[in-house]
Amino acid sequence: MSDLEEFRNEVGTTGSVCVKGGGTRWDVGGEVGQGVRVVSAPSGIDAYDPAEMTVLVGAGTTLTALAEVLAEHRQEVALAGPVGSTVGGALAVGWNSIRRQRVGFARDALLQAECVGADGKRFKAGGPTVKNASGYELCRLLVGSLGTLALMGRVILRTTPIPEWSLWLRGSVTPADVVKSCYRPASILWDGSYSHVCLEGYEADVQREASALIDSGMVKVQGPPSLPPHRNRLTGDLPEGAILDVAIGVAHCPEAAAIQCVDPAVKCIADRMKANFDPHRRLNPNRDPYSVPA
Amino acid sequence: MVHKMPSGTDELIADLADAIGAGRVTAGGAAREIYGRDSSIIEGGHSGPVCFPESTRQIAECVRVAVAHGRDFVPRGAGTGLSGGAVPCNDPVVISTTRMNRILEVDVERRIAWVEPGVINLDLSRHLAGTGLHFAPDPSSQQACTIGGNLANNSGGPHCLAYGVTSEHVAAIEVVLSDASTVLLGAEVGDAVGYDLRGAFVGGEGTLGIAARIAVRLTPDPPVVRTLLLDFQSLVDAAETVTGIIAAGIVPAALEMMDRNTVEAVENFVEAGYPRDAEAVLIVELDGLEEGVTHEIKIVKRVGNENGVGTVRVAADDVERELIWKGRRNAFGAIAHIKPGYYLHDTVVPRTRLAEVVAKVNEAVERHDLIVANVFHAGDGNLHPLMAFDPREPGVMERVYAASEEIVRIAIEAGGVLSGEHGIGLEKRGFMPLLYSPDDLSAQRALRDAFDPVGHANPLKMFPTGSSCGDVMHLAEVPEGVWV
Ligand SMILES: Cc1cc2nc3c(=O)[nH]c(=O)nc-3n(C[C@H](O)[C@H](O)[C@H](O)COP(=O)(O)OP(=O)(O)OC[C@H]3O[C@@H](n4cnc5c(N)ncnc54)[C@H](O)[C@@H]3O)c2cc1C
Repeated sequence: MSDLEEFRNEVGTTGSVCVKGGGTRWDVGGEVGQGVRVVSAPSGIDAYDPAEMTVLVGAGTTLTALAEVLAEHRQEVALAGPVGSTVGGALAVGWNSIRRQRVGFARDALLQAECVGADGKRFKAGGPTVKNASGYELCRLLVGSLGTLALMGRVILRTTPIPEWSLWLRGSVTPADVVKSCYRPASILWDGSYSHVCLEGYEADVQREASALIDSGMVKVQGPPSLPPHRNRLTGDLPEGAILDVAIGVAHCPEAAAIQCVDPAVKCIADRMKANFDPHRRLNPNRDPYSVPA
Repeated sequence: MVHKMPSGTDELIADLADAIGAGRVTAGGAAREIYGRDSSIIEGGHSGPVCFPESTRQIAECVRVAVAHGRDFVPRGAGTGLSGGAVPCNDPVVISTTRMNRILEVDVERRIAWVEPGVINLDLSRHLAGTGLHFAPDPSSQQACTIGGNLANNSGGPHCLAYGVTSEHVAAIEVVLSDASTVLLGAEVGDAVGYDLRGAFVGGEGTLGIAARIAVRLTPDPPVVRTLLLDFQSLVDAAETVTGIIAAGIVPAALEMMDRNTVEAVENFVEAGYPRDAEAVLIVELDGLEEGVTHEIKIVKRVGNENGVGTVRVAADDVERELIWKGRRNAFGAIAHIKPGYYLHDTVVPRTRLAEVVAKVNEAVERHDLIVANVFHAGDGNLHPLMAFDPREPGVMERVYAASEEIVRIAIEAGGVLSGEHGIGLEKRGFMPLLYSPDDLSAQRALRDAFDPVGHANPLKMFPTGSSCGDVMHLAEVPEGVWV
């Protein structure tokens, strides 16, 4: 069992503290700065019932370790991240999988989070079941919050079935035309000239939809194209060398975009949120979920 | 008798009328009576003036005037809520969205629709007919409930098993906060930068502000849909079938269960063709592409056979499919015909423990000498025990409350939660400490206070308090045109 008491003690009640997962996206939202105590969340899979389609896992568990266990029962979670990234890190960053249309949003994957708050007390957000309308949607608030509101120790995630068949195609058919000829493709990426499409489901269905795209000139490829390092929200034209994830409007770009001004009305709620959860700004100091390229 | 309004109400009404027009404000006894309750069994609400704004600006004006007079405000959609979320406490200004029922824009290519909050759920789907798209959340009250209400309660429905509850289908929300300012949360495509305030707002039961315009995501219609009806001689077998289907890696579009009492009531009411001798029936809807659906039908049949299914009927055509769903849709009304009063409960348990929990719930309710029927979203473990009784019987309400408390405790002991889709409102706020520690509740309080630091947005809901508002419960009628 993940030791949440130990994690709570590590976080303590005073001093700046940050939680480090795999460190694969450590600079998102800004560096935490010098003199900040680094703690790590417990790791390990504490309970997994495939028939329930939920898994209880320490936030420090790597996505790879989790994926291996889930794959034995042909299941997966909607979280995505580079090799080495952890469940807690993936949730804190909140990036969606490029297969979002199949697996769902990262923010919908978190059912329950056992956290340590800025006051050093443990609290629980959400609940263990796949459906829950008991109280406020704290889990959604935590996903993408970069650990600035609370530190997640252990979580319950929703799992989804891994499809029987999956294949990638590439060709000059536009995303709009792909959508017209396929029912819910798992992914559509657009590089300005070509669509990169992932079809998933039962083999015969996938093959049938694929052959229609092949007839329009697309070809089967090994997998998705390699994505440039910076994630920017697409505002105008697609920059040179960028690849657009059509479903979520994120452009993977060679260069980071400028940080946009946030609507002051939104920032006002966000600032109150931060002040209510972490009045002394001890959790992941200097890190700001609004200070990301957009 | 209509409760007397507190002093200063005349000035409040005059200011509201000045701000949004006299024709959009009412404070008559009849209106306050109607708006003093919702579809829950909660009574004892006291409404102040009721406003019918027609724009975001007018909503903001209502909020501004209410707060300037030191009054709370309560957003209200169609009033079909079952947990008392829209029941007004302490003479607040009730802000009804019923005149904001326009579908503002449908972008078929981007699969987004902007709607006003008072749009009736089913009206949007009807409006979308022919576009190949639909709005996935389908609460059983969809003929009457509003999209603003769906958003505020994060409502579900039979097809939310595969497609997700309302939150997954809300892209962006224009919100009026309690300081009368307006803010846009979320983004039409993907995630907005920063905290997911959109996600935090959904399910806020009107305590965080008022949704004034909503961008909903539209879902493509599945090319193939097949509906199956399975009957069982034991509820345990039906529940095992549910577990087996999910364990086989299938997430059906819908997976609904009805027990013997429900089947009997439905057959007497609408003759949906359910086998009357069954202890339980399952409706399984599979959708997607042809091969996959055909394959999944085989698996469902196999799992059913392994668990002693009687017959597996695959609806041959739309007429038969519609009949199967007609029974399900009319289940609530049918049961409500058995006795003059009913109380529909809503809890969620791990789906692998369904059979055991339903047995315990039935035992508890029957021990209190009440009739119980179960018709529920089995696929996600969302139970809806429906108690039927005659409220004129002396002492019956005490038995109803005692049984409902037991139901909640049984669900929590089984690793479940208080509500799957009806929300907490006034109905279950007293039970929150069963599920959450004081520190858990403080975190929820931190979220609420960030949206509404002055505490004027629909207060007294969700959190346990000593307030007496709404603790007088009585029975609700089945709203016209509504089904479960
Ligand atoms: C017969 C029957 C069947 C039902 N079946 C289902 C079901 O299958 N699934 C399900 O999930 N629910 C079901 N319900 C419950 C109910 O219909 C839903 O909760 C519905 O979403 C409420 O919508 P409404 O417009 O009636 O909201 P109301 O009852 O008017 O309000 C509900 C809550 O939302 C708030 N609210 C309303 N509009 C706004 C807004 N614009 N901004 C902010 N807050 C707002 C209110 O303050 C209140 O707290 C059923 C109810 C009945 C009577």
